Amino acid sequence: MPGFDFSHHNRNAALHAQGVPLPKATSTGTTIVGCIFDGGVVIAADTRATSGPIVADKNCEKLHYIAPQIWCAGAGTAADTEFTTAIISSNLELHSLSTGRKPRVVTCMTMLKQHLFRYQGHIGAYLVVAGVDPTGVGLYTVHAHGSTDKLPYVTMGSGSLAAMSVFETQWKPKMTKDEAVKLASDAIQAGIFNDLGSGSNVDVCVITPEKTTLLRNYIKPNQREQKQRSYLFKRGTTAVLKEKVITREEISKYVTVQELPSDDDVVVVEKMDIDA
Amino acid sequence: MLNANSPLASGPSYSFATPPNQTSTNIKQHSFNPYTDNGGSTLGITGDDFAILAGDTRSTSGYNINTRYAPKVFKIGEDDGTGESAHIVLSVVGFAADGNALKERLNAIVKMYRYQHGKPMSVKACAQRLSTILYGKRFFPYYVHAILGGLDEEGKGALYSYDPVGSYEREQCRAAGAAASLIMPFLDNQVNFKNQYIPGSGEGHALEARKATPLPRAEVEQLVRDAFTSAVERHIEVGDGLQMLVVTKNGIEEIYDPLKKD
Repeated sequence: MPGFDFSHHNRNAALHAQGVPLPKATSTGTTIVGCIFDGGVVIAADTRATSGPIVADKNCEKLHYIAPQIWCAGAGTAADTEFTTAIISSNLELHSLSTGRKPRVVTCMTMLKQHLFRYQGHIGAYLVVAGVDPTGVGLYTVHAHGSTDKLPYVTMGSGSLAAMSVFETQWKPKMTKDEAVKLASDAIQAGIFNDLGSGSNVDVCVITPEKTTLLRNYIKPNQREQKQRSYLFKRGTTAVLKEKVITREEISKYVTVQELPSDDDVVVVEKMDIDA
Repeated sequence: MLNANSPLASGPSYSFATPPNQTSTNIKQHSFNPYTDNGGSTLGITGDDFAILAGDTRSTSGYNINTRYAPKVFKIGEDDGTGESAHIVLSVVGFAADGNALKERLNAIVKMYRYQHGKPMSVKACAQRLSTILYGKRFFPYYVHAILGGLDEEGKGALYSYDPVGSYEREQCRAAGAAASLIMPFLDNQVNFKNQYIPGSGEGHALEARKATPLPRAEVEQLVRDAFTSAVERHIEVGDGLQMLVVTKNGIEEIYDPLKKD
C-alpha cells in the first residue's frame, strides 16, 4: 500500500494525553552558513561558544577539516561536532586510500547522516558540509537526527534566521568568489549582531577545484577597547599563610627536570589570547 | 510478545487496535506565565558626595534583542521636564514591564509628596516607601531587583538595594541583574578592597587588610565602565549601551557610552 504510515498516531495520541510533552527543539547558539558560487563553495561561521547565557570562548573555531577539499561548519554540542567530524574525516581518508580515489562530498554527507541517525539525535551535531570533488561542487546540511538537504545556500544554528534573511534578499546564481565570500560573511554578521547565541569574529573557508583557503578571523568587528584602569596588584597584596619549598632533587624523583639556559628565557609552549 | 506480568503489559495499552483515548480522565492543566526575563544588568556605587547608578540599555527575550535602547535607570520626582527638580535615581532590572510600572508608581508618589508637604522627599523616606510598595505586592511581586540612589540628609552619597518583595539595605555598592554574579566580586575587590592586604604590614595572620575608603568620582566612573565592558565580554544579555546617572549636590548628570553590539 503506497502512502504515509500512520501507525504511530495512536501511540503518540495516547502518550500526549498522558502528558508526555512534544519533542523539544534544541537551540544551538551559533551562526553557520554555506553558499555555492561559480567554480566553488564557501562556508563561514561566527566564533562565540556559550554555556547558557555565559560566553565560554570568545574566539573558538567552528570550521572543521574533513579532507583537503571538504570542510564542515558545526553547530550544536561542541564536543559532538568536534568528534563527529574527526571520526568521519578519519574514515573518509581510509576509504579514499582503499579505493584510490579522492573523497566525495556526498560520501562524507552519507557517512555523517548514517552515523547521526544511528544515535537517534543524541549526538547533537548540526553540520554544514561543503567541498569540491571530481563530480563537482557539493553543499549540504546534516541535522542531528540524520536528515539532510542539498541547496545552493544554507544556514544553521540559532542565528540561521538572521543569516537566511541576508541570503534570501541578496543571493543570486553564478556569483564570483569575492561576491560569495562577501555574502557569506554578511550573513554571519547578521547572526553576530542580531542573535545573542552568536558573536565575536567571522571565520571563512573558500574551496575551489584548485585550492582550499581557510580565512581564520576574516572579519573582527568586535574588538574590545582599552580598559580604563590598570588592575595590577602591588607585590604582597595577597596573604601568604603557608610556604613550602620543594627542592629540585625532591621533584626530580617524580618528573624529569630540565635546565633552561637562563631565568629570563621563558619557554612558551602555547600562546593564549588575553586582555591587556 | 510481552510477558503478561511486565509493567508494560499491565499498564495502559498503546495498541493500534484500540482507538485513541480521547475522553482522557487527565484534565489538561492550563498555565499562564505573567513574567518574562528581559536580561541586562545594573550597578550602583556611592562616594563621599555623590552616587552613581548605571545600567546597560539592551532589552532581550531568549536569544533575541527587543531593542538596543531601553533605559533601566530613571530620575525620580522630576516635574518640569528638565530633570532639574529630581534628586533621586532608581534602577530596575529583571522584568521590564514591572520595572516601568514600579518606576511610574514611585515617581507619582515622590511628586505628590512634594505637592502636599512643600518640600522634597528625603532619600531615606523614599527608600522606606519603595520597600512598602514592593511588599504590598508580596504574593504577585514586581519581578525586579531595584536600586535607589541619591544624597542623604548630610549630603553624603546614599544607595539602597532591594529584593523583589521589599527587603532592603543601605550599601556602598551593589550590582544587580543578569551579570550581577560577574560584577559583584569585582566590586567587592575594587571598591571595598576585599582580599587585599597591605604589603609588608605583617606575617601570616598578622598581615593587615586594606581598609575601604570612599573613592573619587572619576575613579568610580572608570570602575563602572570597566565592569560593564567586562560583563559584555562574558554575558550574552549585556551590551549595546551604558547609561550612567550621577547624583551630586548640583543635580543629576546623565552620561551615555556605547557598548559592543554582538
